Amino acid sequence: MTATQERPAEAAKEIGRDRRRKEDQRLITGRTRWTDNIVLPGMVHVAMVRSPFAHAKITGIDKSAAEASPNVVSVITGADVADVQGALPNAWPITPDQVAPAHPPIAVDRVVFAGEIVAVVVARSAAEARDAAELVDVDYDELPAALELKAAAEATPENGGALAHPDLGTNKSAFWKFDSAEAGTGGNVDEAIAKARADGVVLEREYRQQRLIPAFMEPRSTVVDPTGEQITMWSATQIPHILKFLLAAVTGVSESKIRVIAPDVGGGFGGKLQTTPEEFITFLLARRLGKPVKYTETRSESLMAAHHGRDQWQKLTISAEKDGTVTGLKVELLADLGSHVSLIGGGVPVLGAFMFNAIYKFPAYQFNCQTVLTNKTWTDAYRGAGRPEATFGIERIMDDLAAELGVDPFELREKNWIKHEEFPFTTVAGLEYDSGNYEAATANAKAMFGYDELRAEQKRRRESGDRVQLGIGVSTFTEMCGLAPSRVLGSLDYGAGGWEHASVRMLPTGKVEVLTGASAHGQGHETAFSQIVADRLGVAFEDVEILHGDTQVAHKGLDTYGSRSLVVGGEAIVKAADKVIDKAKVIAAHLLEASEDDLEFSGGRFSVKGTDQGLAMAEVALATFAAHNLPDGVEPSLDSDATFDPVNFNYPHGTHLCAMEVDTETGQVTMRKYAACDDIGNIINPLIVEGQLHGGLVQGIAQALWEEAVYDDAGTLVTGSFVDYLLPTAADTISFDLDHTTSPATTNTLGTKGVGEAGTIASTPAVVNAVVDALRPLGVDDVRMPCTPERVWKAINDARGGQKAETVGAAAPHFDPSTGMEGTVDRTTGGADA
Amino acid sequence: MTRINLTVDGATVADDVEPRMLLVQYLREKLGKTGTVIGCDTSNCGACTVHLDGTSVKSCNVLAVQADGSEVTTIEGLAQDGRLHPVQEAFRECHGLQCGFCTPGMIMQSVDLLKDNPDPSEEEIRLGLEGNLCRCTGYHNIVKSVQHAASQGAAGGSAVTQAAGGAQ
Repeated sequence: MTATQERPAEAAKEIGRDRRRKEDQRLITGRTRWTDNIVLPGMVHVAMVRSPFAHAKITGIDKSAAEASPNVVSVITGADVADVQGALPNAWPITPDQVAPAHPPIAVDRVVFAGEIVAVVVARSAAEARDAAELVDVDYDELPAALELKAAAEATPENGGALAHPDLGTNKSAFWKFDSAEAGTGGNVDEAIAKARADGVVLEREYRQQRLIPAFMEPRSTVVDPTGEQITMWSATQIPHILKFLLAAVTGVSESKIRVIAPDVGGGFGGKLQTTPEEFITFLLARRLGKPVKYTETRSESLMAAHHGRDQWQKLTISAEKDGTVTGLKVELLADLGSHVSLIGGGVPVLGAFMFNAIYKFPAYQFNCQTVLTNKTWTDAYRGAGRPEATFGIERIMDDLAAELGVDPFELREKNWIKHEEFPFTTVAGLEYDSGNYEAATANAKAMFGYDELRAEQKRRRESGDRVQLGIGVSTFTEMCGLAPSRVLGSLDYGAGGWEHASVRMLPTGKVEVLTGASAHGQGHETAFSQIVADRLGVAFEDVEILHGDTQVAHKGLDTYGSRSLVVGGEAIVKAADKVIDKAKVIAAHLLEASEDDLEFSGGRFSVKGTDQGLAMAEVALATFAAHNLPDGVEPSLDSDATFDPVNFNYPHGTHLCAMEVDTETGQVTMRKYAACDDIGNIINPLIVEGQLHGGLVQGIAQALWEEAVYDDAGTLVTGSFVDYLLPTAADTISFDLDHTTSPATTNTLGTKGVGEAGTIASTPAVVNAVVDALRPLGVDDVRMPCTPERVWKAINDARGGQKAETVGAAAPHFDPSTGMEGTVDRTTGGADA
Repeated sequence: MTRINLTVDGATVADDVEPRMLLVQYLREKLGKTGTVIGCDTSNCGACTVHLDGTSVKSCNVLAVQADGSEVTTIEGLAQDGRLHPVQEAFRECHGLQCGFCTPGMIMQSVDLLKDNPDPSEEEIRLGLEGNLCRCTGYHNIVKSVQHAASQGAAGGSAVTQAAGGAQ
């Protein structure tokens, strides 16, 4: 990666350096502390009995054989603990009238998805617990299951459609709407569309966001130790602080009696942004039994019962003038919640509400979302959470619009995107984008990619009728991240804020301890945050220790998700460090017998201007510790806290380009090249940034090409192991060409923007656009994800036969050509088969 | 219970184990070798990869009793005399890991790959690591790590080869 802007000569020593990670020594030598590694005296083990049915009444549970099994300590059903187990929290009720079923950790009389826990076995060893779990005999009466999203949305008691929760009388949970005319941020979208139907272009498209599984590599694991005054929980979680708060809120145990530790955590991607039944059950069992209790899931359990992600039907209507100037965008979503409204599951699509308009200057915009309950695993955040869905929708339809108009996809985008000189720019969705340079990122990406050359090759292959066609996909994405301004979250009915906390402690030896409320699970916080502190305080990188992930150590925080750790948590560290400097300055001035105004702090040293007198921060720290000679009324401490609440999100962007080769006879798709130029503002550690992008890209590419959680007609998860749920391997992927431009964020002093989700948000539409681009001359204008050879082949075959592929055929009617007036685009060739 | 005797990371151990106990369970639960981890239950992910008599195996796919009389090297036995194995060093140098959960298996498999093919092409590396899943890195930097290790001569005279008795 090459920076496009040279770092200034006076650049900081550490920020911007490719520091190798502090975390790695223990990870590459196996000296790790995964939750499942923890062994405590007298510890007992839990195995779950899970429902094989998507929807059924529990008519009886015989646990006698399990209780008689060797070394079994306890067998508990939902009925046994119905009054005390509490309910899992929903922190984001998106509307006041949201319909949400109660969410017991253990099902009591009815199961609502295959994989739901119906009984719990505790034994002296994990193997004995699992053996005994096999002996729990549960009788079920099956009920009709609500499975297919569109059918579930339509089901009512009157029409006899299956209801996920018959007692609620509907599967519809909440309807959430944003309208630019009502919000005063833009015009009326229906008027814009009507005008374009008369004298312009209107496209309607329907896209499917398939259900995905986060599939972090470390299965979830929880250990609870009730020994002593405090109850300690170790858990493979992204959110130890939120978990502690919610454990207290749900169980009534005093918050000060609960300590939550997220030790080494093996990936999350949103999948560990959850408070889980398994955590609440383990907590309850430990308190009941008075013993340490451990639960570690199997991979099959993880795929079946850890929350899933995405799963939307998206209908987009875009209107434009004949020259391609966009005039309106209307979005209608159905979002599958699964069986329950989970921690923030209802809010995930709302995170996309402000992003469908993306980098484009739509004068009118409307977003409608209906969340729907079904008898499938509950959904919640998965890397990007709402924003990949939005980016996919808009970037797909922009490519379709370009094709419709017969122009290069970049020509259409450039005509409509926010120009560099127009920042800061308030969008039609009401957000203020602080900085960006779409022109520069695009120019870089095109050059790196060899855009013109590949277009020329594409033309040659089309003309020669090559069996293997070449497609080029474009994605000029932006996202809102760095969750988040607390006021904005509050206005969206989210239950908490979005600040982050940090403490910086100067130790007497001159070393620095930093506490952060961010909770890393692979991101490299220890390294990047050390670089920030080293520069700020002028101490050695090695002398900074970052402490996190333990609520007794880093007592306050809102954890890690939404690409927030650096832009919110990092800024809190900067502010705490600055307070340390302010405090130290008072003491240094006293010791140097100088006025504070005459002191300057640079390179870790307070100097008296114009003299050679000075004191190193370490010397001030030691003098403060000794406290022999401090100014009157000054406390003997440099330790400082800061809590930072941003005033805005931040808006990374980038131009991603993907070249796909598509075998038109077999449907096999092969990635030829992927190049991306991202702008995430200033970069603390380029090595870590590139790593985040690589991993993010592959997760987004995997959605486009391989991954899908599939249920059968009975509501059983078919993709229940890594045999069937296709995580990409090294052999499936390629190496990437990355570059960056730098438009510093203006809403934090570091000038940084989030990067954790960028690759995932950007890449999916780039890949699908490339596949479709390869096949447009054959009459294909959509391939449903994942673009498996079968789906691609079927799309080609159906297009050749004059029929739309089933995978594409779900697309809504574009518009009735009979009403089209002169100048409108006749969509009959690509029309729907509805 | 069956009595087994084996060498793990250079130490001789003997235990009575249930015949159904997997090697990975034996390493983790009996020996406390928690550097080796379990990522799946279908032998797809490779997180539990160790060397059995000098060759990589998924230790979830081997019964402990099958390892009787064998020599096992885990991620914890790879560094010798406080010196990291060149493949470990390469993963750090090239940022070939993020959360680190797949890393023990990925490193053990990479060592085995380089033993068989000291100078692999990118394609050979990708194929050689096909049985090990990583969710964080997108494999880009893992491939670079193996290339870097190869360029450092990781295949020859490495600590592990010596430790494994010069297994071929």
